[in-house]
Amino acid sequence: MSKKNLEYLINRKDNQYEVVIGLEVHAQVLSESKLFSSSATKFGAEPNTQVSLVDAAFPGMLPVINEFCVKQAIKTGIGLNAKINKRSVFDRKNYFYADLPQGYQISQFKDPIVGEGKVILDMPSGQKEVGIERLHLEQDAGKSIHDLDPQNTFVDLNRSGVALMEIVSKPDLRSPDEVNAYIKKLRSIMRYLGTCDGNMQEGSLRADVNVSVRLKGSKEFGIRCEIKNVNSIKFMQMAIEYEANRQVDLIEEGKIIDQETRLFDTKKNETRSMRSKEDAHDYRYFPDPDLLPLEVSEKFIEELKNDIPELPDDKKKRFIEEFKLSPYEANILVSDIDTAKYFEEVVAKMGKNKDIKLAVNWITGELFAVLNSKGLEISQSPVSAKNFAILINLIKNGTISGKIAKTVFELMIDGDKDPQKIVEEKGLKQQSDPKALEALIDKIINDNREKAIEYKQGKEKLFGFFVGQAMKASGGKANPQLINEILKKKL
Amino acid sequence: MSDITKQSLTELVENIKNKKLSSTDVTKAFIDRSEKSMELNAYITNDFTSALDKAKKFDQKPNLDLKLPGIPMAVKDLFCTKNIKTTAGSKILNNFVPTYESTVTENIWNEGAILLGKLNCDEFAMGSSNETSFFGNVQSPIDKNLVPGGSSGGSASAVAGQLTPVTIGTDTGGSIRQPASFTGIVGLKPTYGSCSRYGIVAFASSLDQAGPMAQNVKDCALLHEVISSYDPKDSTSIDFKRNHYSKELTNNIKGKKIGIPKEYRVDGMPKEIEDLWQKGIQYIKDCGAQIIDISLPNTSYALPTYYIVAPAEASSNLARYDGVKYGFRAKGENLIDMYEKTRSEGFGAEVQRRIMIGTYVLSSGYYDAYYLKAQKVRKLIKNDFDDAYKNVDAILTPSTPSSAFKIGEKTNDPVSMYLNDIFTVPVNLAGLPGISIPAGHDSKGYPLGLQIIGKAFDEQNILNIAYAMEEKINFKNKITDWWIK
Repeated sequence: MSKKNLEYLINRKDNQYEVVIGLEVHAQVLSESKLFSSSATKFGAEPNTQVSLVDAAFPGMLPVINEFCVKQAIKTGIGLNAKINKRSVFDRKNYFYADLPQGYQISQFKDPIVGEGKVILDMPSGQKEVGIERLHLEQDAGKSIHDLDPQNTFVDLNRSGVALMEIVSKPDLRSPDEVNAYIKKLRSIMRYLGTCDGNMQEGSLRADVNVSVRLKGSKEFGIRCEIKNVNSIKFMQMAIEYEANRQVDLIEEGKIIDQETRLFDTKKNETRSMRSKEDAHDYRYFPDPDLLPLEVSEKFIEELKNDIPELPDDKKKRFIEEFKLSPYEANILVSDIDTAKYFEEVVAKMGKNKDIKLAVNWITGELFAVLNSKGLEISQSPVSAKNFAILINLIKNGTISGKIAKTVFELMIDGDKDPQKIVEEKGLKQQSDPKALEALIDKIINDNREKAIEYKQGKEKLFGFFVGQAMKASGGKANPQLINEILKKKL
Repeated sequence: MSDITKQSLTELVENIKNKKLSSTDVTKAFIDRSEKSMELNAYITNDFTSALDKAKKFDQKPNLDLKLPGIPMAVKDLFCTKNIKTTAGSKILNNFVPTYESTVTENIWNEGAILLGKLNCDEFAMGSSNETSFFGNVQSPIDKNLVPGGSSGGSASAVAGQLTPVTIGTDTGGSIRQPASFTGIVGLKPTYGSCSRYGIVAFASSLDQAGPMAQNVKDCALLHEVISSYDPKDSTSIDFKRNHYSKELTNNIKGKKIGIPKEYRVDGMPKEIEDLWQKGIQYIKDCGAQIIDISLPNTSYALPTYYIVAPAEASSNLARYDGVKYGFRAKGENLIDMYEKTRSEGFGAEVQRRIMIGTYVLSSGYYDAYYLKAQKVRKLIKNDFDDAYKNVDAILTPSTPSSAFKIGEKTNDPVSMYLNDIFTVPVNLAGLPGISIPAGHDSKGYPLGLQIIGKAFDEQNILNIAYAMEEKINFKNKITDWWIK
């Protein structure tokens, strides 16, 4: 496939348009307590049960920075190959809303904690680098609930003050597929680091999507629209697709695109204007006088660097070198930290005489299929890495055939049973005793004299018939390789 | 002892420790006088009944090792007090009862003091005359229809009028020192970061400091020693070694170098203020300290800088009073309508004026010209002091450009009102400690104060200078009890 064919372009008459996308990802910091208070951050708690006086902005209450959240942000910055700013400043972003108790959000405007960085995407056409503009720490707002009562709005402040990392990309993305890969890569890195659980259903990861279009080959950026708060990759892709086409249509009709903020209506699959540039809030940013500038030492950063685990890109490289995996296989295994962990545990448990390829095939084949059908994460796998490794070894050393292994695997799922025991209890051990197999085959040839003669006369297709008969007679347990060898000799 | 309320804090502590007085005696005396003094309107909320209970309880099992053993004390209504209504002088918090205690008041109660009640103040501490309070203006014990100054006007009135032995106020641009000066008492604005801001209703976070107000310097030192503490709950609190200010107090200031900044000789300053200043200089010399002429070249920019920085922070700090969570709420058609009505009806005119100024100077397009520039000037003002302190140990200035004025005299002229703070705001902008001590009277017999400004964290030094001067000045406050029938 040539690279050209993979480009995402929008065609109209004679014109081809390129789509330019930048993302502002809001990732909830994985932390027990909030950014400036000690309230818990558990998802799904009863409304307003995780709210301190600081979170509810009572008079005289003051924010105190949670050092753990700062560490998490710096770690994430390191994972994004980004510059860590030793001095950053918390600003107040002022606006009124019922679920914003302070009347301002504490965020970082001019001096974020993390500066420029990059992430590498593995696309079918090859690797693609996406620039990171910045990462800053900020507070989440509470939640307004409008549909519980016809007259009133209810406010839940459990989220109020929860730490978010806003990760702003450069406008380097060019297609919905790249957006998909980018979000997945960010999530993967943060899950490796343990800085964000990446759970989009629970709102731990959401994004504002900036979309513009331009004629292919143009160097100028078009006028962009920002689609607010999209909370699934699928919706992001749909929103981009809709929005890019809407903008192209406007240009084709000779109309002007308004720079505005838009909402994605997931029911109608369209974006709608939320507010124009003229109506944009004046947030009156200024440094929060309740907080001193955040200063971190070189030593503090170095210590965190030493704390960084092997990240997906490095792990992938190592898997390719150490285990002779293909880049494709390595990618599948490293993209999710738990999969990589499982795989490495299987490798370790397989011992000396291991067949890594076989293990990879079984993980990406049988294991993934089971997880998929049961809707489980690999961390909840019904088969432990230890028993999985034993199973692979049983295949590798000829104790069972691949086909029998599937039967054994089915039985293992229920209660993580030891495959060795299953094989013994059910008598599934492969027959590899040449003498016994010879006797068995002698009998089959005897019983099918005519077919044996036909085979000898040249009807080679009948070889399969004899293999089938032998397997059947052994109850599927005969070593197929040996059967082949003996048949060839005897026929 | 009929004149319990005339005793200083130091005397009261001594008498309680020597068991010459009980906490109940003292508490009763101040409650009695407070009840006879309602015309001053110094209190917003009183807690007399439970104060008396606490005093009795204290006397049953007195802990005389404490610094304020069974001492009754009223505090400015800007400090959140657990289970006691805290209004900040505003309608918008008229029904607000905190479930928590400010660190500063906590420190006071931990040393054995007993809350008498909450003292009147300008709304959200915005004012220089205590006339912006939703709960009405405060009368000065000095004279009828005279302002006690502001914003800690109720506090000043209560100390000068002997309704409380000492008190605490807050000072954002002069709110402790100016009313202290107007009522003939001592008021200390500590170094920014010395007293925790936790639990104090915020006006302008980068300027607000709590501080003691007392009848004399020693009382002031003792109370400061109690309230100043490092507090991890306030990120701007500073962990430095704090003195035993009252124990280490000395009137020996021989050899100290005191700066006299020429820029404080402002146009139109009454001659009696200049005379007072000269008198102060003489006292300093009499104490064996040295006078050095200095320059603080950016002084004239302090007031405009202050009136950008303080409203900017206030506009944001007061955004939380929106009728959603606590406090006053007006009925509205929808959320925006409710906000507008709540804030229009809940805030007074001066607060609204400052919210509007603050909102304006932070607006996009104006931020650089106002807020950012003000921050730069603020740095220059601080640099002025840093330069001066290379040559001097402290600075002596008048506390205010005039004595107290009549109620209503300046209410329609905000700028003239703001000019009251001309000598005090530079100190807040630079984060330095400043103390006002009574130093004389004007021709009308109204008190006048002198201000001693110190280096950061050097409260001991300015307390010592004040202590030495106090002895020389021998000021007698003329309290006629005019309000007691």
